Amino acid sequence: MKKIVKQAALASLAGITLVTSGMTVAAEPVKVGLMLPYSGTYTALGEAITNGLKLAIEQNGGQLGGRDVEYVQLDSEANPSKAPQNMSRLVKGDNVDFVIGPVHSGVAMGMLRVAKQSGAITIIPNAGLEAATNQLCMPNVFRTSFSMWQNSFPMGKVAYDRGHREVVTITWDYAGGKEDVAGFKEAFEEEGGEIVEEIFVPFPDTEFQSYLAQIASIAPDAVYTFFAGGGGVSFVRDYAAAGLKESIPLMGSGFLTEGNIAALDGAGEGVLTTMHYAETLDSEENQAFVSAYEDAYGVTPDTYSVQGYDTGAMLVQALDKVEGNTEDQDALIEALANVELESPRGLMSFSDSHHPIQNVYLREIRDGKHEVVDIASEQLEVPDDACKM
Amino acid sequence: MDLAFFGVQLLNGLQYGLLLFLIASGLTLIFGIMGIINLAHGAMYMIGAYLVYDLTLRLGNFWLAIAVAIPIAVVLGLIIERLFLDTLYKRDHLYQVLLTFGLILVINEAQRIIWGGDVHSVAVPAPFDASLQLTDNLQYSVYRLFVMGVCLALAGVIYWVIRHTRLGIIIRAGAVNRDMVEGLGINVRTLFTLIFSVGVALTAFAGMIAAPLTSITPGMGDSILITCFVVVVIGGIGSIKGAFWGAILIGMAETFGSVLIPSIASMVIYLIMAAVLLVKPRGLFA
Amino acid sequence: MLHRYPKRVAIIMLVLLAIVATFPLWGPTLFGSQSDFILEKLTLMVILALFAMSLDLLVGVIGLVSLGHALFFGLGAYTLALASPEFDAASLWWMLPLVMLVAAVAALVVGLLVIRTKGIFFIMTTLAFGQMLYYLISTAPFAGGTDGVFIMFRPSVTAGESVLLDLDNPQTFFYLCLGMLVAGFLFLRWLTRSYFGQVLDGIHDNEHRMQALGYATGGYKLVAFVISGVLAAVAGMLAAMQYGFANPAQLGWHTSGEVLMMLILGGMGTIFGPILGAFAYEILLYVYEHLTVHWPILMGLTIIAAVLVLPRGIAGLIIAPPGKAELMKSPWLRRLGRNRPPADIPVKPAVPNKEG
Repeated sequence: MKKIVKQAALASLAGITLVTSGMTVAAEPVKVGLMLPYSGTYTALGEAITNGLKLAIEQNGGQLGGRDVEYVQLDSEANPSKAPQNMSRLVKGDNVDFVIGPVHSGVAMGMLRVAKQSGAITIIPNAGLEAATNQLCMPNVFRTSFSMWQNSFPMGKVAYDRGHREVVTITWDYAGGKEDVAGFKEAFEEEGGEIVEEIFVPFPDTEFQSYLAQIASIAPDAVYTFFAGGGGVSFVRDYAAAGLKESIPLMGSGFLTEGNIAALDGAGEGVLTTMHYAETLDSEENQAFVSAYEDAYGVTPDTYSVQGYDTGAMLVQALDKVEGNTEDQDALIEALANVELESPRGLMSFSDSHHPIQNVYLREIRDGKHEVVDIASEQLEVPDDACKM
Repeated sequence: MDLAFFGVQLLNGLQYGLLLFLIASGLTLIFGIMGIINLAHGAMYMIGAYLVYDLTLRLGNFWLAIAVAIPIAVVLGLIIERLFLDTLYKRDHLYQVLLTFGLILVINEAQRIIWGGDVHSVAVPAPFDASLQLTDNLQYSVYRLFVMGVCLALAGVIYWVIRHTRLGIIIRAGAVNRDMVEGLGINVRTLFTLIFSVGVALTAFAGMIAAPLTSITPGMGDSILITCFVVVVIGGIGSIKGAFWGAILIGMAETFGSVLIPSIASMVIYLIMAAVLLVKPRGLFA
Repeated sequence: MLHRYPKRVAIIMLVLLAIVATFPLWGPTLFGSQSDFILEKLTLMVILALFAMSLDLLVGVIGLVSLGHALFFGLGAYTLALASPEFDAASLWWMLPLVMLVAAVAALVVGLLVIRTKGIFFIMTTLAFGQMLYYLISTAPFAGGTDGVFIMFRPSVTAGESVLLDLDNPQTFFYLCLGMLVAGFLFLRWLTRSYFGQVLDGIHDNEHRMQALGYATGGYKLVAFVISGVLAAVAGMLAAMQYGFANPAQLGWHTSGEVLMMLILGGMGTIFGPILGAFAYEILLYVYEHLTVHWPILMGLTIIAAVLVLPRGIAGLIIAPPGKAELMKSPWLRRLGRNRPPADIPVKPAVPNKEG
């Protein structure tokens, strides 16, 4: 980044006109660095985001602001201890114009540490840690996904409105799980409900039998849960197999079942989740996206694909606005902050802390699909009091 | 905690412990007789689960899939033993640790290339796809009872082989003094190949029968590996009896620990291990 | 272990040191704008070299294979993170002793439990203790949980009001790390050649004999365990200083496995070997990651190959460059040369370096 700024300064010093400098830039491709997991537990998410991103740019003729695009893909391994050095490699070693990543919140912490030092423009296409667009508060950091709070808070009211008064929460004992459950708890208790037990499962255990027995003995009105990936599949299947689903409704953040409906094998029917997207959303944008994605990759897109797609769409819009000029970072950041998308997920814009303002949908699994029951919260903005840009 | 709740948790602890035993038994056999520390043991558990997932899709029948998958696992064990471990028996444990660590990387990445990164599951097979009513709102899958039965039966078979057959005598002797067994003119090379293949097959089989009870994900063997190490250390390396009681102990500790002392649940098994080592540095049944 | 190396070892190491140490002089001309990044990478390699070297005292010198050494590395990182004031830089003058003290106490406690075990038991108990601290840190609310913690200000080296070393300057920090590595190397070289080192050597060869000779071998091993832990913690502290970030993954057993790989790649029991190993490992990783997203396969095969054909690592190649006959001693290569595998297993093992 610094190098480019310096070059620009030199170029203008040498008296080269703006037009020609614009033309020399056009010859050079925009470098987009992807720091996503391509190995290990989160591989599927990394691939979906990459696919979505490339699709959006492909639909723009494979270009950003009239310049070709060069991708630098780096395996984050979802390993937080390597995050700073990997980020540093992209920013200083490969000199990318943007860094897209990561999936994992711990990795995000390490990346953002470097983003703070280097000023590299970073777009987070998944990781939901609250701090990224609140306490850490950096002008050069954007998020196109969600925060744990944003997806779980709307469920608090839904649970209360459905007549549940006593709820047990269960999640992994790690930062993401705790933030998610805290969002639900905040809304549910505001309404007047009571959390009778908060269960924390050691991360990343997927042996849930003892907890299910505990839930059965408490017999609450409903259970709210956050698990993801294999843990989500295991929990929903075990919950159904224990016969609890009929007597104690299961609710959760969308990640409980996202991307894993096939693996749920019917056990997920009737489970309620809240999330900023559903593949069944009945809008023109979404239908066009789903069919384009299926044509390109042969699989149905999920939330992660959309997050990647919107990241791509965001780059397309912002770079069009600055006409492909990545040298003026302030203008570029302003263009990114002002992006408004008619996204497959619905209308989406950015708050002052660069977090998406978006709908959160209430979804129920019916016939192996996330059917949208309702908009649980319209154009929801997350609290970002700690962030003053 | 009322009696019914206690009973349910006892059942959960027992079932988890028995499955742990099945995985740990292969590990302890390989340790005890071959003196090999196999970090790739967990990866083989994962391979077992993926094999049965893949073959169930192809063949349309879970039991048939297991029947086909077991020989594949045995052959895989055979290949690894002949190709890599064969040269390491007399070398420092360090080399075994590293070589099998390298194997983990290769196997995990091969899994990803073959099966991708998605989460998969296998349906609970007939005729065990029913449930029992345990309490007024809690059911228990019959398949879990079946898995317990299989684990117990295998524990019995392993015990019988080791106690009452000629092979068992050699194995026991080998665990105590390998050089002596060689000195007696027994073909240790064949014995080692056999033990390693059986050990790998046991853990892969554990992955297969556990598949309908869990979700099949990349890297699913990594966390179970560490737990099995703890089981083997507590029980005493090389002791099948130790692996059995160690597994039951850890199964119970995890189950009750998670309900009774949730704040330190993730550390309970390590605390138990530390306590055992203080009293008996070589494990309970060594 | 080796107490006298051929002269070329010293020459090669000094030349490499000179090349690395003068990088800030020639790097920018050769690599242009990339040199900042390369300097940062070099700093990381130097830190990892210190980490790998600390483990060599246990694995190479005494023959105790630890699979939980990341415990101390992470402990160093977290001590720095948790003891640093939030809005100010800590002083390295008290931070360094604090990190060493915390690590020494932890190593003493863990050591008392694990040092009684041997072989496989030692591997597994160190692994288990590493995992224990991993879970403790990743569930502890005060330590930032699984997301980890930031260290906003790099510790400073001051005298009174004036700043002696500006560690925020990448070059100064690089030289600090390099200095620590050289100091650590000289210390370990002195230690392994001292009377204490000879006892450790004796324990490696035959502990029973040493006991019979009246040595309280447990005490010697415990002291070595503590020294090793303290050095690893210093490396961990430097790593956390470099990026201002500490995370539970630094404590996990994969980190322990990686540092063992550096050790084998470089050549254990030589003290200087692990330095080469850390550099080689990081360079390989960088190359593989650029080649393919399936890099773990390449890395895995490299490790397997190193174990099978290069058990004495790069250091072994330098100390005793193999002729063709020597190469054929590698059991695996020898087997490749034959059509039929030998009838009985025990091909005489390549015993860790004993010459010199």
